[in-house]
Amino acid sequence: MADVTSVPSQAVRAARHARRIAAQDRFATGVLTAIVGLVLAVLVAIVGYILVNGAGKLFDVSFLTSKPEQFRAGGGIGPELFNSFYLLVLTLVISVPVSLGAAVFLAEYAPDNAATTVAKTAIETLSSLPSIVVGLFGFLFFVLQCGWGFSILSGSLALTMFNIPILVRTIQQALEAVPRTQRDAGLALGLTKWETTIHVLLPAAMPAIVTGVVLSAGRVFGEAAALIYTAGQSAPALDFLNFDLTSASCPWNVFRPAETLAVHIWKINSEGVVPDLEAVSNGTAAVLMVCILAFNLLARWAGKAIARRLTAE
Amino acid sequence: MSDDRVTPVLETRGCTVSYDLTHEALHPVDLSFEQGGTTALIGPSGCGKSTFLRCLNLMNREIPRCRVGGDILYHGENVNSTDVDTFELRKSIGMVFQQPTPFRKSIRENVLFAPKRHGVTDKAVLDELLETSLRRAAIWDEVKDKLSRSALALSGGQQQRLCIARTLAMRPDVVLLDEPCSALDPISTFSVEETIRDMAADGICVVIVTHNMEQAARVSDRTAFFYMGQMVECGPTERLFASPADSRLEDYLTGRFG
Ligand SMILES: Nc1ncnc2c1ncn2[C@@H]1O[C@H](COP(=O)(O)OP(=O)(O)OP(=O)(O)O)[C@@H](O)[C@H]1O
Ligand SMILES: [Mg+2]
Repeated sequence: MADVTSVPSQAVRAARHARRIAAQDRFATGVLTAIVGLVLAVLVAIVGYILVNGAGKLFDVSFLTSKPEQFRAGGGIGPELFNSFYLLVLTLVISVPVSLGAAVFLAEYAPDNAATTVAKTAIETLSSLPSIVVGLFGFLFFVLQCGWGFSILSGSLALTMFNIPILVRTIQQALEAVPRTQRDAGLALGLTKWETTIHVLLPAAMPAIVTGVVLSAGRVFGEAAALIYTAGQSAPALDFLNFDLTSASCPWNVFRPAETLAVHIWKINSEGVVPDLEAVSNGTAAVLMVCILAFNLLARWAGKAIARRLTAE
Repeated sequence: MSDDRVTPVLETRGCTVSYDLTHEALHPVDLSFEQGGTTALIGPSGCGKSTFLRCLNLMNREIPRCRVGGDILYHGENVNSTDVDTFELRKSIGMVFQQPTPFRKSIRENVLFAPKRHGVTDKAVLDELLETSLRRAAIWDEVKDKLSRSALALSGGQQQRLCIARTLAMRPDVVLLDEPCSALDPISTFSVEETIRDMAADGICVVIVTHNMEQAARVSDRTAFFYMGQMVECGPTERLFASPADSRLEDYLTGRFG
């Protein structure tokens, strides 16, 4: 009698097991949903806060175009906005080709030896280097040693150093994710390794590469620490009709100091004395935020568009 | 050549392969392949069929630490030497892989990309080449209206036939196929087999690896049986299937292993 009750039948055990699994499943789903919800809530709160506070300035054309004020209210962020984009473009123009070359070499050509392993490890380490360290190195080397002062050139080279390791890694991973059979198929058609790399592997990896580049652009655009001591903290008023490349007010002059949006936020909050400090700071943050959101959307769109183009419609 | 045999297109003499420098994955293989002939390579998994096939267009050279020994004669000339231009050679010895490998390009570019790289520039010639290649691979009717669409949007069977068309566009005189139908449905398999027979009829020397005995019987005139890195028996397909000389082949055919 006791035996019969203490040993549950096969069916009872199966049912109990099913109930336990269902409960576990509900519990895990609940926890994961809560975590995602929390992360999203924090994110929405931050973005919403920045946008709401800066909304007034976000659509104010004179704020977006006029020069900042030192002591009076009503200053704008025109030069900062331009500087941010100019630095970004210069940085990408230098870092994309270099990273592409390095990544192609590492992924396709580098012999499988100790030197390559060291190089790969070094790049991984560099990609997590704190940007303030890059900035201080840039200050010592580009600003002082090379004598370029606080300038766009120093700033964009520091940003390049900051950006290259990240880009090399993304591009290398994108290339390595292309199936081995694609390489073989190219080589089996009598193409050289170079032709296969350029015309078969790169197109196959292109969507991932484009997404990586644009996302890194967002990071570069919002970078402050690497620029404080390299591109400097002052933004001379710009005259877009001035093409004298040695003049400080010529926008294209790479030897002029160039404060960016992110540096501007840091600067006015740490040592600003303008009366409308908070409004300017909030507005700048909102503009920066919108630009970076735009980069992220652009990244998705460009990745898809390029994929569609290369795969023909 | 004192006898009246024609020089084979491709011939291996004592061809061996080692992947790790210590043990031989392929023991000496002597085989010759003639113009217009279709040879099937059969044998249990891991016996070295793909390894041998990759010797024929020197693809094993792309595998680090892989060593190919012996002579591989292409039109009587040994190509298993370092001074041979593998890129030239692979223009005439095409290869089709087990999985379809379309490039991330349009259908047109998939076919014409390699010929263009090899110096064909005339638009009319290229258009002609595109159509004949796709026709020979029995896929022209399905894709003629969407030549500038992505090759990745095709079905697996269509992609495989596109890859065959791409190989044929090089005007090769040897085509190597490594289990080309293993990912295909019966209808696509049928049209690929049709294409293989047409290739042979056009004088191309075809070598096909297959796990499907019926397929070997349908497309090949000669079959070579590999077993544990060794080429065990080779002969006319019908004779080999009807009365195998080697007991291992007999076991294989009756399904006792592999
Ligand atoms: N790239 C490689 N590196 C090391 N060993 C390899 C490599 N390719 C094949 N081999 C070894 O060589 C032997 C023969 O392999 P191969 O791929 O030629 O077999 P197969 O006959 O084509 O088999 P399957 O029918 O499964 O395709 C196997 O033992 C395999 O482990
Ligand atoms: Mg194989």
